[in-house]
Amino acid sequence: MKEEFKVISKFIEEKSRVLDVGCGDGILMEFLSKNKVVDIRGLEISKEKVKKCLSKGLSVIEGDAENDLKQFPDLSFDYVILSQTLQAFMNPEKVIENLLRVGKKVIVTIPNFGHWKVRLDLLFKGEMPVTKNLPYQWYDTPNLHMCTILDFYNFCNNRGINIFKTISLNGQSISDIKRSNLKYKNLISELGIFLLEK
Amino acid sequence: MSNLNKLNSVLIKKALKLDCGKEISNFPLAYETYGNLNENKDNAILIFHALTGDQYASGINPLTNKEGWWNYAVGPGKPFDTDKFFIICANVIGGCMGSYGPGSIDPLTNKPLGTNFPVITINDMVNAQYNLLDHFKIEKLFAVAGGSMGGMQVLQFVSNFPNKAKVALPIACTASHSAQNIAFNELGRQAIMSDSNWKEGLYNEKSTNPDKGLAVARMAAHITYLSKQGLQEKFGRNLQERSDLKFGFDADFQIESYLRYQGSVFVDRFDANSYLYITRAMDYFDLTKQFGGNLSKAFKNTKTKFFIISFTSDWLYPTSENKDIVIALNAIGADVGFVEIKTDKGHDSFLLDVPDFLSTIKNYLNTTYSNINERRI
Repeated sequence: MKEEFKVISKFIEEKSRVLDVGCGDGILMEFLSKNKVVDIRGLEISKEKVKKCLSKGLSVIEGDAENDLKQFPDLSFDYVILSQTLQAFMNPEKVIENLLRVGKKVIVTIPNFGHWKVRLDLLFKGEMPVTKNLPYQWYDTPNLHMCTILDFYNFCNNRGINIFKTISLNGQSISDIKRSNLKYKNLISELGIFLLEK
Repeated sequence: MSNLNKLNSVLIKKALKLDCGKEISNFPLAYETYGNLNENKDNAILIFHALTGDQYASGINPLTNKEGWWNYAVGPGKPFDTDKFFIICANVIGGCMGSYGPGSIDPLTNKPLGTNFPVITINDMVNAQYNLLDHFKIEKLFAVAGGSMGGMQVLQFVSNFPNKAKVALPIACTASHSAQNIAFNELGRQAIMSDSNWKEGLYNEKSTNPDKGLAVARMAAHITYLSKQGLQEKFGRNLQERSDLKFGFDADFQIESYLRYQGSVFVDRFDANSYLYITRAMDYFDLTKQFGGNLSKAFKNTKTKFFIISFTSDWLYPTSENKDIVIALNAIGADVGFVEIKTDKGHDSFLLDVPDFLSTIKNYLNTTYSNINERRI
């Protein structure tokens, strides 16, 4: 079980309705439905992964968050999860808007482009960084819109999106991100996990 | 088809009010079952057949001596695993395999009903088959499933009986028959009715049979079940047992010969009037209209878990129409999964050996059955 999923699952109250956008193989969905008895749905773009999810009996729809979120009514889920997918969208701003429309609360995880290894790669090697969480070369990356924890923090603030909680993940280590340690955590976190509300 | 009397059949005594306004009662519904109903009676799956299907989903059809129409999907160890599930499949009313249809004898005249048989709908078919739950004393089905017209029946079943199936698998279908669908069906009907042997539907008494018309109907329909790419790959411009074109109208091309064969074997097993009635029922199917233009309302009270499947190369019931059902279900927060399976086998994919399709259904049914039993949902 990924550390990230543990954090996400702690955010979620029991017996809530959850939509996992970009649910992949459905590992988080399975974990949540076994441990939190949640009513959970998934949306996934890859046919192969959708088939895997359905094979596990998970209610997953093949679709693309940029086009297919609109079919879900306003506030129809208690939580909507977007795990490490935001950077792959053509229009991340619109996707976030839709997530906040569909979900009462939204959990967004971003791979942090502000991590020190990323900064050093660019500074010393002068090459686009390739790391554990960002394993692609510049020419084959699906990640169109990379951002840092600080970027996303500012993005939410500028739009009046409430940030309830922000968690930093660095290897196994989990810690809170606050306004006071934001710049530091932006340097040492591999992932940032945000709990948002409109 | 002289062995119709030996088929498993239940006489439905209860009156059934049809959509056309007429009422029928004491009518036969022919069915077949596979596997065993368990003690809890929680492992039953009702499978609905498509236009030219029948109750013989699996095994050998005793009337045609050929494999059942869903042999790839139904049987021991198969997706609808008869070692595990109790599968029920009935011939739809209007059909010609023992259920009440235009070939049934009118007790008043002692002759086949022919076109005196009432025009039936998908709704009527489903309501007739609902009686099978009583017959087998099943409180709630584990699943209802079907492709094409079978999928339409799945949708209508859940709409009519929102609490009678835990899982619904509508495959390669639509909630509303399109103009194109109606057009192809009309082509088939016209082929039958313009055959002089059709005799206004009274061919049975006149000892004729509109074989040619029915064969043409089948040939035209068969093309719509395949994809252009599939046809091209299988037949291309290959010639039939000849090295050159013959400058005539024999079947020069393999595709012509194939279609003629499909037409000729079809007339041996299917009744022309049944073809008219069942295609009409499909054309009349518009679940969206039944609910005032809002498909979501059709499923308002359901707790059924849906799994909808479409095929990339199906242009008869394309993915977009299947997705409309997904969208309608999501709009009311219903439980729905959906995948479009990649295949070049066209609409017929659901009947064929498409491993991705079959394995996904198999795993889905097995996992869902055990999840439901564990959690008692």
